[in-house]
Amino acid sequence: MTPLEAVIGVEIHVQLSTRTKMFCGCELSFGDAPNTHTCPVCLAHPGVLPVVNAEAVRRALIIGLALGCEISPRSIFHRKNYFYPDLSKAYQISQFDIPICGRGQFTAIREDGSELVVGITRAHLEEDAAKLTHVGSSGRRAGADHSVVDFNRGGTPLVEIVTEPDLRSAADTATFLRQLRQTLLFLGVSDCSMEEGSMRADANVSLRPVGSPVLGVKTELKNMNSFRFLERGVDAELERQRQIIASGGRVMQETVHYEPETGEIHPLRSKEESHDYRYFPEPDLVPMVPDPSWVDELRREIPELPVPLRRRLVGEMGLSEEDAEVLTESPELVAYFTQVAASADPKAAANWIRGELRAQLRERGEDPWQSNVTPDRMSALLRLLEDGTVSMSSAKEVLAEVVATGAEPADVVEAKGLGQISDEGELAAIVAGLVADNPDQVEQLRAGKDKVIGFFVGQAMKATSGRADAQAVQRLVRAAVLDDAEECTGR
Amino acid sequence: MSLRDLTATQAIAELSAGRVSSLELVDAHLDAIGSDSVDAFLAVDAERARERARQIDDSGERLPLAGVPLAVKDALSVRDVVTTSGSRMLEGFRPLYTATCVARLEAAGAIVVGKTNMDEFAMGSSTENSAYKNTRNPWDQSRVPGGSSGGSAASVSARQVPWSLGSDTGGSIRQPAALCGVVGMKPTYGAISRYGLIAFASSLDQVGPFARTVGDAALLLKHMVGRDPMDSTSLEWPEPIAIPSAQSMAGLRVGVVEELMGEGIEPGVRAAVEAALARVEDLGGTVVPVSLPSALSGLATYYVLAPAECSANLARFDGIRYGPSADADNLLDQYELTRGEFFGPEVKRRIMLGTFALASGYYDQYYGRAQRVRTLIVREFASAFENVDVLASPTSPTVAFPFGDRTADPYAMYLADVCTIPVSLAGLPAISIPCGLSGGLPVGLQLAGPAFSENRLLTVAHALEGALAFDTLPPEMAT
Repeated sequence: MTPLEAVIGVEIHVQLSTRTKMFCGCELSFGDAPNTHTCPVCLAHPGVLPVVNAEAVRRALIIGLALGCEISPRSIFHRKNYFYPDLSKAYQISQFDIPICGRGQFTAIREDGSELVVGITRAHLEEDAAKLTHVGSSGRRAGADHSVVDFNRGGTPLVEIVTEPDLRSAADTATFLRQLRQTLLFLGVSDCSMEEGSMRADANVSLRPVGSPVLGVKTELKNMNSFRFLERGVDAELERQRQIIASGGRVMQETVHYEPETGEIHPLRSKEESHDYRYFPEPDLVPMVPDPSWVDELRREIPELPVPLRRRLVGEMGLSEEDAEVLTESPELVAYFTQVAASADPKAAANWIRGELRAQLRERGEDPWQSNVTPDRMSALLRLLEDGTVSMSSAKEVLAEVVATGAEPADVVEAKGLGQISDEGELAAIVAGLVADNPDQVEQLRAGKDKVIGFFVGQAMKATSGRADAQAVQRLVRAAVLDDAEECTGR
Repeated sequence: MSLRDLTATQAIAELSAGRVSSLELVDAHLDAIGSDSVDAFLAVDAERARERARQIDDSGERLPLAGVPLAVKDALSVRDVVTTSGSRMLEGFRPLYTATCVARLEAAGAIVVGKTNMDEFAMGSSTENSAYKNTRNPWDQSRVPGGSSGGSAASVSARQVPWSLGSDTGGSIRQPAALCGVVGMKPTYGAISRYGLIAFASSLDQVGPFARTVGDAALLLKHMVGRDPMDSTSLEWPEPIAIPSAQSMAGLRVGVVEELMGEGIEPGVRAAVEAALARVEDLGGTVVPVSLPSALSGLATYYVLAPAECSANLARFDGIRYGPSADADNLLDQYELTRGEFFGPEVKRRIMLGTFALASGYYDQYYGRAQRVRTLIVREFASAFENVDVLASPTSPTVAFPFGDRTADPYAMYLADVCTIPVSLAGLPAISIPCGLSGGLPVGLQLAGPAFSENRLLTVAHALEGALAFDTLPPEMAT
């Protein structure tokens, strides 16, 4: 039998973090008392009309532009009809055949540095439904005593991004989604919190013989609330489909749910799937016709995005893929890093920001860009280290002081007398003493146990409260011990 | 002459001159409503009206509509005043907000005295589809007032208010205006905000005035038109509505729509319309025949598009957030029992029609095709207006018909709007003025114009009104 390959496409719902809802003036909220952010419009009282939130349109355009989508010169809203208590009008205002953003493409980078190119089918604007909570034993609808509706969420602006079935593995799917999320964060359009549901992803999963141009029957894996679960869920569903096909069965087109606790896949009842949404153009709204000059302006405002940024950090600054990935986690972090690296060695900057700085700030619950360690102070410290003014261990001490007080690193060095001792004469005296006092270690070093050099450096640091220039100490120890050795063995 | 016989314009003059107070005016009309012989109102809020009248009298403010009573179709939301749209589905419902058009009129000094009867959710042409009661035609109480804005038309005709508001989707202002012998106008789609108008078919619904004179209709319209940030389909108004004064029609070309003068038009109606057209020529205008070949397809087109839109617009009535609710054990029963119990038969019929027309697999055949015919009708009107200034036709093919005459035959009822629907589909303004009697019952003349031609239409209607000198007082009322 021909080997099978996975074919995966995703639909991502992104809640836009606008001030107000998609079609009314209610403020968005998360965690406020239920039904406190509602009005006649989002509760669908008789006679109300929707009005498009211009900021939501702007953000949808920004997303489309960042994904390289064609921007529709004229797009319209449709009504998607279905009865459910989370939908006050019994129709969702969405987009159907003419979305605001058409075809585009997104390139992600895999861990090994290779490119993952995913076609974007469309990105359209719509409104979120209200939040249903099923009260009862299971927290699921089946078996619930009753359900309650919170319309605070109803009408939140959403952008739905749909990809082509271009993904070939669960890992690629997760990689794509992580980097898409990062990109959206850089655009500042959404909080993109999977846990809070401001970013939700459904995956369409199918198998087909490798090389076949025909798509297999797909199932839709619903609403994963983390990338990890999504990756596991896709793998579990692929495995389930493989087994069905291996045993001669046929995959049914259905919606399935992944149970993270058990790792099992459950089909949702197919009755819920027999919807005919009776889409038709929303007569209460006029077409969206964005001014081309406005679109151009938005295109120019798009910041450098994480994927190209990563490439630049690796290519131009010589960082590792891992450093680049970590530093492009958020726009704030990468901005911080680039400011530091502008006047310090980029690799050292990456190491310190990822390592010592993060470790010291963690206890205080601060992020670098909010801390006392401004990019200028961080790069000043790195320069003091680079030119030998401070030793590595003193630098950590200086950093701790900067973190605590916001003092300038050079001032801290001076005030605390942390300047590195690189004076050869002063160090030579200390080294001579160490060599004389530690004959065993001298012997080991002579015997070729080079690691013992660390012992001497440590002792020198101890003697100088960490201010000794470690490299100078090494050089001096070698000179003293090996010259001596030469004397003994040479004749 | 009683205060009830004043037109709104006359009443404003009396108020301004200090010869009458707003409270006296409101009381006179409330008395008339109290001894209501035609059942035009669903709700009367006398206390609220008197309170506002007192405020206006006390403030001495000279507002443009200075304390004149106004009746409002029950499809329009008025804060805290029961608003049902003629349906049991909204029995006892008190809105949280006031429709923009009503708010604008109130801000200009108009006093809402009550809510008028209507076909349930504006679906009907006789007001017999009201879930609450029948409204009688002041000209013959055994006959319907037309619909769906039957209460608004009858209340003006019966001199319970000088003017009122209606809404018109396929003829719901013009047809009852014609049947009750008053002036009714449906403006250009987008002229008046729909915010607060309980939707029937969103792409067709328009609010408009009823009055006993063209001048009063113009005055009411003037204070409602213009962009509303709450309605994306409302339009910036190009020029203020002018109160018409012209007596001549010199240089005006009036096109008579041939398709709407033939079969199906009662001879008495046709005769009255032809007589009115003769007056056009007396006034210096020219009458020419015009063909709108797709006009008669309007009815079928309308009965696909309007039900399709209503099937979605009325889906929100589920008894969950407001309104009455059936006792049910589960969600599906909740929907089915509530909607089954509280919607009337015509509303259910149209929801089913619309749901079917939008169903996957039928969309192109019905909705898509209807949209294409609609586009064709728009184009035919546009090309007609290259040659004429206004188009004329009967407003209704018949005079007022007896109660029960058409209730068993929906199609016969739908035909009542055959002349008004094409204009609605094209989104154009049209006015109906009483142009004569047939068998003692009023006949309406419909005049339609291009988009934004309200001032032209009002001018023509005013000139004709003067020449026709129709007496709007129903004979029964005169005694």
